[in-house]
Amino acid sequence: MPPNTSHDMSSTNAQTAQFRQRDPAAAPRLLLALTFLLLLWPGLHYSELDLSVLFDSDSSSAMGALLGNAWPPAHDQAFLELLWHSTLETLAIAIAGIALALPVALLAALLATRALSRAALHQNGSPALAGRLLRWPLRALLILLRSVPEIVWALLLVRAVGLGPSAGVLAIAISYSGMLGKVFMEIFESVDQRPARALVGAGAPRLMAFLYGILPNAAAEMLSYTVYRWECALRASVVMGFVGAGGLGQQLELSLRMFAGDEVLTILLVFLLLVLLADQLSRLLRKRLV
Amino acid sequence: MSIALRRVQVTHSAACASPVQALAEINLEIAGGERVAIIGPSGAGKSTLLRLLATAQRPDSGTVELLQQQPWALGGGSLQKLRARIGLIQQAPPLPPRQRVVTAVAAGRAGQWSRCKSLLNLIYPLDVAGIHLVLGRLDLADKIFDRCDQLSGGQLQRAAIARTLYQQPELILADEPVSAMDPVLAEHTLALLNREAQQRSATLVVSLHNLELALRHFPRVIGLRRGRILFDRAAAEIGEGELELLYANEQLLAPQQSPLPQPPANRCC
Amino acid sequence: MKRVPQTPRPPLRAAGILILLALMVAVVAAIRFLALDFSGVMEPVSLQQMREYFVQFLQPDLTASHLQAIGNAALETLGMSAIGTLLAAVFGVCLSLPAAGYFGRVAQHCARGLLNILRAIPELVWAALMVLAAGLGPNAGTLALALHTTGVLGRLFAETLENTPTGPADALRGSGGSRITAFCYGTLPTLWPQWLAYTLYRWENNIRMSSVLGFVGAGGLGQMLYIHLSLFQQAQAASVILTMLLLVFAVDSLSLWLRQRYLAR
Repeated sequence: MPPNTSHDMSSTNAQTAQFRQRDPAAAPRLLLALTFLLLLWPGLHYSELDLSVLFDSDSSSAMGALLGNAWPPAHDQAFLELLWHSTLETLAIAIAGIALALPVALLAALLATRALSRAALHQNGSPALAGRLLRWPLRALLILLRSVPEIVWALLLVRAVGLGPSAGVLAIAISYSGMLGKVFMEIFESVDQRPARALVGAGAPRLMAFLYGILPNAAAEMLSYTVYRWECALRASVVMGFVGAGGLGQQLELSLRMFAGDEVLTILLVFLLLVLLADQLSRLLRKRLV
Repeated sequence: MSIALRRVQVTHSAACASPVQALAEINLEIAGGERVAIIGPSGAGKSTLLRLLATAQRPDSGTVELLQQQPWALGGGSLQKLRARIGLIQQAPPLPPRQRVVTAVAAGRAGQWSRCKSLLNLIYPLDVAGIHLVLGRLDLADKIFDRCDQLSGGQLQRAAIARTLYQQPELILADEPVSAMDPVLAEHTLALLNREAQQRSATLVVSLHNLELALRHFPRVIGLRRGRILFDRAAAEIGEGELELLYANEQLLAPQQSPLPQPPANRCC
Repeated sequence: MKRVPQTPRPPLRAAGILILLALMVAVVAAIRFLALDFSGVMEPVSLQQMREYFVQFLQPDLTASHLQAIGNAALETLGMSAIGTLLAAVFGVCLSLPAAGYFGRVAQHCARGLLNILRAIPELVWAALMVLAAGLGPNAGTLALALHTTGVLGRLFAETLENTPTGPADALRGSGGSRITAFCYGTLPTLWPQWLAYTLYRWENNIRMSSVLGFVGAGGLGQMLYIHLSLFQQAQAASVILTMLLLVFAVDSLSLWLRQRYLAR
C-alpha cells in the first residue's frame, strides 16, 4: 500500500464518496434473498426432507430388497402374458375414456360458446343477457370438472363403481370432458367468426352455421389437441391404476407391494416403450392433420 | 314493395367516446325487381345501410320492412326463414380458408335445406352439378374442389358471389362486391349480377365505390352522404353537380378506403 | 353461347377416411376389450347407492380441528412442492451442463439418457418407489417430485443452454477469462431469467401434483384424502377436495396475474 499524505486521503475520500453511491439493485436483491430463505425454512420443515435415505439402501431396507432382485427383469411366460393384458387394458382405458369425453366435451362447448349466439349477429358480437346467464354455469361446470385431478376422480369412482378399468374410463371421461370442453370452446371463439355470422345472416340454423362456418377452421386444432390429450390420458391411466383403476398401474402397484423388483423393472420398461410409441404416433397424426 | 324504410336511424355508440350517427332519418322504398346502386364517400353509411337491409343491424328507431315482413317483430325461427330469402355479398368474403369451394358454395342453401341434407352434404357434396353451373358462370368452375385458401382475393370474392347466387335469394345485397377485381372482371361480374337479378326478378342493391360502374349498370342510383340520402333518381338524370356535391371536400378529408369487414362498427374508435 | 359444362366428380380423400376408420375401429375394440358394461351401474339400486355416496360429499366437514389438520396438510403440500422444485432446479442445472455437451460426448449421452428416464417415469410412480425407500410421509413426496422435475427441468435447461448465443462467452474467453468466468459473465445473464421462468412454471405444476402424491402414502393433502376415503368419511374427504380446488384456483390465478404483470409487457 503506498503511503498517503493527509491531502491525498481527503481527495480519495471525496472520490470514493462519489463512487460509493449504493448499488440500486442491492436492497431488492437482499430482500428477495431473505424472503426466499424465510419461505425455505418452513418448506424444509414441512417437507421433512432427508436426502440420506437415497443412499443407504442397504439390503435390510425395502428399497434394498426391491433393487436386490431387480436384475434380470422378469420375463417368464405367465408374467409376460399378464403384462400384455395390462398393457392392452391401459391403452383401451385411454381410448375409451377419450372417446366418451369427446362427445360430451363437444356438446358442452357448443352450448357454452359465445360464438354461436344469434343475438351477437346484430349487436356487434355481444350475446343476449339470457344466453350469457345460461352459458355461465356451464362454463363453471367445465372448470370444476377439469380442476379436480383425474386421479381424485378415479379414487372417488373406484368406491362408487368398484375396482377395475370402468373407474379409470369414467375418471378420464369426466376430467377430460372438462378439459377438452373448455379448450374447444376457446378454439371456437378464437377462430374467424365472420363465416358463421354470414351463414346465420343467410338464414342457416345455428348448428349448420357451426358445421359450415366454424368447424372447418377449428377442426385441425381440435383434433390435434384431442390427440395430445389422448397421450396424456395414456399416462394418466397408468397412474390411476395405483388407486385400483386397472391397467399397468395396478399391476405395478401389486408388484411393488410384493417387492418383486424384476417385475417392477419389466413393467417400467414396457411403460416407457408405450409412452414412446404413443408419442411417435401422436406426433405422426398431428403432422398429418395440420 | 321489396324494401321499405321509414325514418330509420342507426347510431354506433358501443365503445366509442362520442356516438356516431351512421344513418339519420332514412326513408327509402325499393320495389320488387328493382336494381339499385348506392354510392357515396367512405364513411357515408353504405355498409351500415346494407347490413340493415340484411337484418344484421338493428335500427335504433324507425321501421324496416323487407319482403313484406317486419324482421324485428318476428320470432327467432321466422326471422331465420326471412333471412334465408335475403342474400348478402360482403366486402371481405366470409369463407373459411380450409373449406373446399364446393362446400362453401353449398353453405348458401344451409337455410333452405333440411338439417339431414346439410349434414350429408358435409360428408359428400350432394349437388355438384348445380354448384358447378353457378361457378361456371363466374369463371370459377375449375376451382370447384380447391380449398378456399388456394384462391386469390378476386377468386375468393367470386366464390362468395357464387354462394349468394346459389342461395337464390329474392333480395340480393352486395357490399363493394368487385373491390378486389380488375376492371374487366368487375364489369363482367356486375353484368352477371344484374342479369341474374333480372332473370329471377329479384331485387338487387349494390354499394359501389366506382361511379362509372354504378351509372352504367344500374337504372337507379342513390347517393349517400353522412348518413343521409342526398339524391335518389334514375341514373340518366344524375347531373355532374350532384356528384360533385356528394364528394365535396371528401377526397381530402376521407381516410383511405379501409378493407375492414364491418367498417361502421370500427371506424369511430 | 352457352355450353353445357360437364359435371366433375369430387376427388376421394382416402387417407383421411382411412385414418377415421382406424380410429373408429380402435374405439370399438377398446370398448369391447374392456367389456365396459354400465348397465349394472344404471340399475335403480346401484344408482340409489351411488347417489347416497355422492350426496355425502355435499356436507363438507368444516369443524375447527379438521380445518386445522387440513391447513397443516396444505402447508405440507406446499412445502413438498417448493423444496422438490428447488432441489430439481439445482440437480437440473448440474445435469444440464453435461447434457448440453459441456463435458464431452460421452457425458452428454449419459446425462441425456438419465434425464429422459427421470422425466419419463411419472411423479406418482416415483412416489411409490420413494415410499419404499424413505417410508411414508412428505419426504418421499419431495424426493419423487425432485426426481421427476429434475428430468423435466434438466432437459429444458439444456435446450436453453444450446440455444443461447455464444458470442458474449466467446468474447470473454478471448480476452483471457477462464471457462467458469466466461460462463458466469457471458452465458448465465441471458439464461437465468428463462431458467427462473421454467422453474416457476414447474413449481405451479408441482403444487397441483403434490396434492395427489399422497395417494401412495407420500404425505400432504392426498394422503389425508386417501385415508378419509378409506375410512368412508365422505364429509371429511369433501373438505379436503374443496381445499385442493381452492389451492389449484389460487395457484392458477396467481400465476395468471404474475404472467400478465411481468410477461405481457
